Amino acid sequence: MSFDPVVRLTDVGRLHGDGPGAVTALSEVSLAVEAGELVAVMGPSGSGKSTLLNVAGGLDRPTSGDVVVEGVSLSRLPAGELAALRRRHVGYVFQDLNLIPSLTALENVTLPRELDGIRFRDARRQALEVLAEVGLAEVADRFPDEISGGQRQRVAIARALAGERRLILADEPTGALDTPTGDEILQLLRARCDAGAAVLLVTHEPRYAAWADRVVFLRDGRVADTATAPLESAR
Amino acid sequence: MAIRQGLLALLSRGPRYGYQLRAEFEASTGATWPLNIGQVYTTLSRLERDGLVAPGEQDDQGRVVYTITEAGRAEMARWFGTPVAQADRPRDELVIKLAMAVTAGADVRPIIQAQRTATMGTLQRLTRARRASAEDPAQRLVLDSMIFQAEAEQRWLDHCEAVLAASPQTQERQA
Repeated sequence: MSFDPVVRLTDVGRLHGDGPGAVTALSEVSLAVEAGELVAVMGPSGSGKSTLLNVAGGLDRPTSGDVVVEGVSLSRLPAGELAALRRRHVGYVFQDLNLIPSLTALENVTLPRELDGIRFRDARRQALEVLAEVGLAEVADRFPDEISGGQRQRVAIARALAGERRLILADEPTGALDTPTGDEILQLLRARCDAGAAVLLVTHEPRYAAWADRVVFLRDGRVADTATAPLESAR
Repeated sequence: MAIRQGLLALLSRGPRYGYQLRAEFEASTGATWPLNIGQVYTTLSRLERDGLVAPGEQDDQGRVVYTITEAGRAEMARWFGTPVAQADRPRDELVIKLAMAVTAGADVRPIIQAQRTATMGTLQRLTRARRASAEDPAQRLVLDSMIFQAEAEQRWLDHCEAVLAASPQTQERQA
């Protein structure tokens, strides 16, 4: 077991466009998330939250600084290797669930694993395991429109978790869910964290950010402040 | 203060000793509202005076068991049936501090950010406490209430920041 963080951002900057019209999305952001750690990112619209998440997961490349995932620097990684690293190590949960309506919950979780080149039987077994982990074993054969919004979001999380990925990136995963259902989603992410994953969560909801070990406040693309859970009640 | 009615509600489940009432009161409110045993006995003697509870005989250890009366049950029902009024005036120190900071022309942004970080720390602590005590529904709801309050404060701070950023008056001062 290594004590290196699962993801580390060092002096990361992200400019959109160039010249005098360039817009700074991120500037000098340094942040590390270790295994077992849940870090929440908060900030007003346009503060760079989603850009930070995309850069951390290799979906977007920084214009300066470096991102290291599982010990591998992403800066000079060719596109093909970057895609492979993402598939192997990174799970994404977005507000927009992107579940395929004509596939069952089980098929929605299985399909991306198959596309990753996993044999059907193994992909299916992994999918069943992870659906059970998120409490959806009994609705595995239902279609997205046959289950509740909270259950759909849990399917999307199961899809992100399948295959023992250690870096989970979640962008507003509680979407429009009511608070008890949103709390269940955080419960799942927290449990995965406690089992050794590193979770980076973007949210504008303080109540969900409060599940984190650390809360990073972004403002105009910079880290403005960090709140750490008080030590006396640490796990 | 709702201690009177709270004790009546506990006694509606059956006769109780004073020390039991104290323990159950604290368990129901998630230890967010600690009572000392003196408060419990003072309140019980007032309830007795008002005919809402009746004491039994002292047992050999000197303990007295209290029972709710019909009038006590009616008072409890009245309490449950009456909405709680919002306090008439805001006395929140944070509200006054920010209002004064704006009036005095101070830079409000660092005040807001420091408060946001502190309140988030509170929210993290409450969230951990709730995860640890999810079994007792009364306790959970009390912690939920505190979480909602801290959350409302965070939202209000975001709102203050957005309003001040858009206000020509504050932009002028900070220029």
